[in-house]
Amino acid sequence: MDWSVLGENAGLLAQGLLVTLEVSVSALILALALGVAVATLRVAPSQPLRAIAAAYVEFLRNIPLLVQLFFLFFALPSAGIRLPAFVCGVLALGVYTSAFVAEAIRSGISAVPRGQLEAGLSSGMRYATVMRTIVLPQAVAKTIPPLGNTALNLIKNSSLVSTISVLDILGTANLIGARSFQYVPMFVGAAICYLILTLPAAFAVNRLEKRYAR
Amino acid sequence: MSAAIEFSGVQKWFGPNHVLADIDLSIATGEVVVVIGPSGSGKSTLLRCINGLEAVQQGTVVVDGRRLTAQGGELAAIRREVGMVFQAFHLYPHKTALENITLAPITVKRIPREQAETEARALLERVGLPEKAGAYPAQLSGGQQQRVAIARALAMQPKVLLFDEPTSALDPEMIKEVLDVMKALAHTGITMIVVTHEMGFAREVGDRVVFMDGGRIVEQASPEVFFSAPSNPRAQLFLSKILRSEGALS
Repeated sequence: MDWSVLGENAGLLAQGLLVTLEVSVSALILALALGVAVATLRVAPSQPLRAIAAAYVEFLRNIPLLVQLFFLFFALPSAGIRLPAFVCGVLALGVYTSAFVAEAIRSGISAVPRGQLEAGLSSGMRYATVMRTIVLPQAVAKTIPPLGNTALNLIKNSSLVSTISVLDILGTANLIGARSFQYVPMFVGAAICYLILTLPAAFAVNRLEKRYAR
Repeated sequence: MSAAIEFSGVQKWFGPNHVLADIDLSIATGEVVVVIGPSGSGKSTLLRCINGLEAVQQGTVVVDGRRLTAQGGELAAIRREVGMVFQAFHLYPHKTALENITLAPITVKRIPREQAETEARALLERVGLPEKAGAYPAQLSGGQQQRVAIARALAMQPKVLLFDEPTSALDPEMIKEVLDVMKALAHTGITMIVVTHEMGFAREVGDRVVFMDGGRIVEQASPEVFFSAPSNPRAQLFLSKILRSEGALS
């Protein structure tokens, strides 16, 4: 085992780390935007809208992410749609994760007791004002733990983009390992790179959770 | 006295359950009406129809001259005139006592924050909790939470106050502090409708007792008449049970 391979390729691994970060952050933004929209539909007064949103969530979260990723990268080109690997990765990760974001937010909203809405309405506030000042702030607090988990899973799930030729952390480590036959140092290095991203994220989530725990 | 609240021919069903049947009830401005009856008799539903938390299916409810079929903005306007105190308090847990009280005046009436806070402190003084302005609901006892909730309901300067079993979730030693606040309010001329099992309160401050059973108002009388000689057999049975258990306590 030759650990010097790690030092020699530290720059490439760091580049891979940046790619993982880019994929994760882009996908997270997409997942949050779609997730909030879908969660809003899931508590909408209209039954058809709720059904569509429920179907969206169940469909996406019950098909393996790798299948969705391969569909975008390998199957869509035969329909004439050819997207760069990075874009496929962000799309698949973001859309898949949005189902979990939507569930987290929906359960946060429904975890706020109905009496809160009634108390607000009784004092003469409009529905939208009650939502904004009373229900959603409490829902956010209840949503932080599951959303934090979802974000951490997203970072780890992003390693799947290495299967469609994106040189993220895992893709880079795998490539150098194959060239040098030094798989052990390279995968240990990859693991450390992921921890560099996930541990601070986990720490931040814990801090937020404590701040909002009331 | 003009009618503050008027129910005419009100009917309401929850699925197959006829929860409000043939309700005709007129409540005068400044009157204190105590609604009693067995659980499931429709007392809370009756109360919740007054501020539109429940909609009636037939008949009309008129509050302060406005009919309660209104939607959206107009319903909110009626609700500004009608404060409500809940059995489970429903204080906003992420806001301090002071913020609980000032939220509606600031967001609905657009009262400047400083003025709203001055008024809120006066209200906290009135319910005997001047030192709790900065406390969060979780830091308050049940009785204190309910008194903050009363202050919150008063902050919008409503013409009518609804109390939905305000002491039922409280430990016995806290019931008195809440009832004392309510008694003081009853003498200010605000219209109060109180759903409660506190017979002592009904006797002491009620102008009228309304007895409900099976979704109907089966007897209405002044407290003196009702408690000494109820004419309806179900009211007699209810009273004998509840007074016996109160006797057992004392």
